[in-house]
Amino acid sequence: MIKFVLILTKQGQTRLSHYYMPIELTERPTLEADVIRRILARAPGQCSFLDYEDYKIVYRRYLALYFIIGIDDDENEVATLELIHLIVETIDKYIPKVTDLDLMYNVEKMHMILDEMIMNGRVVETCKNKILAPIQLMDSQR
Amino acid sequence: MSVLQALEEKLSKMPAPIRLKDLIRNIRAARTAADERSVVQKELAQIRDLFRDEDSVYRCRNVAKVLYIHMLGYAAHFGQLECLKLIASPRFTDKRIGYLGATLLLDERHDVHLLMTNSMKNDMNHNTQYVVGLSLSCLGSICSPEMSRDLAGEVEKLLKTSNAYIKKKAALCAVRITRKVPELMEMFIPSVRSLLNDKNHGVQLTAVCLVHEMCERSPDTLLHFRKLVPNLVRILKNLIMSGYSPEHDVSGVSDPFLQVKVLQLLRVLGRKDPDASEAMNDILAQVATNTETSKNVGNAILYETVLTIMDINSESGLRVLAVNILGRFLLNNDKNIRYVALNTLLKTVQADMNAVQRHRSTILDCLKDSDISIKKRSVELCFALINASNVRTMVKELIFFLDKADPEFKSYTSSNIFTACDRYSPNKRWHIDTMMRVLTAAGNYVPDDSVSSLIQMISETGSLQAYIVQQLYKALKDDISQQPLAQVSLWCIGEFGDMLVAGVVDEEEPIQVSEDDILDLGESLMNATSSSQVTKEYALLAMVKLSARFSPQSLERIKKIVIPYSQSMDMELQQRSVEFGALINTYNHMRAGLLERMPPMEKKDTDKVNNGELTDEQLESREISIPSTQNESKGLLDILGDGDFTAPVNNQPNKSEPMSSGGELLDLLGGLDLSAPPTVAPTIQPMGAPLNSVPNLMDGLDALQPMTTTTTATMNLMNQNTDLLGGLTNNIGAPSIPPIMAVDKDGLKVEFNFEKEGSAPHVVNITLKATNSTTNPFSSFIFQAAVPKTFQLQLMSPSGDLVPPNNSGAITQLIKVANPQNANLRMRYKFSYSTGGSTVSDQGEVNTFPANMFT
Repeated sequence: MIKFVLILTKQGQTRLSHYYMPIELTERPTLEADVIRRILARAPGQCSFLDYEDYKIVYRRYLALYFIIGIDDDENEVATLELIHLIVETIDKYIPKVTDLDLMYNVEKMHMILDEMIMNGRVVETCKNKILAPIQLMDSQR
Repeated sequence: MSVLQALEEKLSKMPAPIRLKDLIRNIRAARTAADERSVVQKELAQIRDLFRDEDSVYRCRNVAKVLYIHMLGYAAHFGQLECLKLIASPRFTDKRIGYLGATLLLDERHDVHLLMTNSMKNDMNHNTQYVVGLSLSCLGSICSPEMSRDLAGEVEKLLKTSNAYIKKKAALCAVRITRKVPELMEMFIPSVRSLLNDKNHGVQLTAVCLVHEMCERSPDTLLHFRKLVPNLVRILKNLIMSGYSPEHDVSGVSDPFLQVKVLQLLRVLGRKDPDASEAMNDILAQVATNTETSKNVGNAILYETVLTIMDINSESGLRVLAVNILGRFLLNNDKNIRYVALNTLLKTVQADMNAVQRHRSTILDCLKDSDISIKKRSVELCFALINASNVRTMVKELIFFLDKADPEFKSYTSSNIFTACDRYSPNKRWHIDTMMRVLTAAGNYVPDDSVSSLIQMISETGSLQAYIVQQLYKALKDDISQQPLAQVSLWCIGEFGDMLVAGVVDEEEPIQVSEDDILDLGESLMNATSSSQVTKEYALLAMVKLSARFSPQSLERIKKIVIPYSQSMDMELQQRSVEFGALINTYNHMRAGLLERMPPMEKKDTDKVNNGELTDEQLESREISIPSTQNESKGLLDILGDGDFTAPVNNQPNKSEPMSSGGELLDLLGGLDLSAPPTVAPTIQPMGAPLNSVPNLMDGLDALQPMTTTTTATMNLMNQNTDLLGGLTNNIGAPSIPPIMAVDKDGLKVEFNFEKEGSAPHVVNITLKATNSTTNPFSSFIFQAAVPKTFQLQLMSPSGDLVPPNNSGAITQLIKVANPQNANLRMRYKFSYSTGGSTVSDQGEVNTFPANMFT
């Protein structure tokens, strides 16, 4: 089960955070700060998997952003890495040549895309067209 | 004023709230954190006002801003109610933001979410699939048990629609409901099969999720869903066989996510079930061989396949395939793959140790990797792989690793190296060398009990002590700041200081160490700030011990070192110093005796016997191992596994039991008698007397010891061997005390022969000889004795239990009596035997002992 999805910058700013486990609002920034600190301490060639408290963190760096997914023990870590890549590809399909500024200004759309892909910590849909269909429909009606 | 002007004025007083984009831009423009905070607070205040004004036009924009601000970390609870209002609105954009806000801001712990239930129910019956989808998503993310109960019916209805978009969301909703309220699981079971057969991958994916969750919750459902294995196998097959499908293709592999999920479910279904595993073997082999390994995707699928193969009852060929795949992973350049391989090998090493041994060298290489995750996994794996044949190389590598390791690894590694050495070390010298090396490498991170176990080991190996103390002295001279090393070295120097000064060790060049050098070292240790209190205590003790071993000139120096600590602020040091000072000054005559070299210490082994107390497992093994034969004393000894007892039935070398443990024996016997009569029965039964009569005999007298033979044997398993056999065999020669006839009845004659034991004047060995003058043999002959409290009695095991007829042979038994108070001996006896089909038993007293027995 996926515990959370975070998109953080190198400086530690949160661009997007979505939690699938009950966690206090006040604890969230602490968690994010801790996670990014550990990730930044690692060299580029190293393993993308980290052990953090009682779950695992899978992360990948795209330009200046870190896409981070926290999973628990029964998830396949390598498949989660693929999931991260799928998320990035979907966002890229929605906003061609997406940059992190785009991500920042359209944060609610990003949330909606993520909602179509992952629900309650599990993957719902992996086909990019199907994921983007409701969003594009909503956009066209505005 | 014109109308237009008035309008403009009015409008300018109420500016439209800024868009989210603009807010973000403003926040970004803020240079400092204080700036940003002020921007945010201003905006929040404005939004709060607007919410109070119930502005429905711009509400969604405001809530979006609240969500963004909340994500940055500011408190935004007041947005929760607004989300509810948005959900109730008919506009889609409002609903969208409302549901998003609800998912982000609310969870089941807040009571506010209950207010959403009605809106959600309405939305689930909406015409537009997207609205339905919205409410399902929200329900699936945050619902509580109460909400689940309310809306489960709706969800189940939606599971049956034909719309794939709704079906997949409803399935995941069902997952959450199952988790929150397991009883509702049964509602969803019928729809599962049709869900799995759906063409849409999304629906299949979520259906697999649902089945997985249900199987985890209830074992009955697991059994029910085992029937689905063929369906799942078919799905996998379609995925692999079908050609390129643009929709779900990821780098050439069709829908890897679905494949991985199906494999996971197969794992859960196939576990511990041979039939299901049988059905999966083919498809697993196919997946394993057909998947491309060049891309990460392929590796993800292979990883899941390997996990599944290891978990189910797969055939051996498949297991070999899996381990080979893991081996290939280990050699992969990608760190992630190597990590994954190490992780899986760790899980499988228990089951398939040999297969993993082949990759040992690669795993040892991984130890040197810079990545901490990989290092951790490979260390654990290395320890699991150590066995008697490869222990030297492995430990060598591990010690290199220990040298460069982070502190968190050091304690883990060093404690494991100790355990491994304990179990597999080829000889003592290597063992001790390794331990010393670990002490120097690991420094202060060594676990606490290693110091004492190392000391215990050193005290046992007498031959190497000179070598050890030299090595430790050298090591300590180099570096006095490592506490465990210092403690062990100080103890050794204290004990074996004279060997160090003598300086002769074979195979090593002798180093010249003078007494002053050693005392210098000791003094520096005591004064060093890096020494802990325990180390200082060790040092004090070592100094004092050396005073007994070194020449008298050093005594003055030692006094000067030790005495000042009698004013130390530290209580432990002060106490020791005062005591040692007294020892040196006032009680000088006792000093040498007190400070003698310590005897080898015993290992505290938990499954052996200590101090005459039987452990639980010993008691159990006694009960279990009692065969039905009467003469089971030998049998018990064998079963208790002591290889030393190779003696035939006649002359059992018994361990000497300390005389004073009679009381404990009695307690144990009492316990055994009461709790497990069969254990004691074999010897007592032939007496025919009930068990209860035994205590009567003991009234006023000391311990009756019917089972002395067996109990002594079990009591004294690992303790010292004293040579009773010598006592037994040599003494039936010419006794200096005349023998007496103890019993003469019905053909049974029992004669007591006496012999003094040389070392102790008040101990006499009585050899009992039983003969049979009738024509029938006496079988199951048992003789028991009891003496007054002032004496101590020890009854050894008899030579047998059959007294041959017509005086053709005899049974001998040794009785040891100690008479510390020099009183007159009286003995009560009881014997029993069977002859000609009937049992005879009798008891009596012997007081015809010669008066000069103990003089």
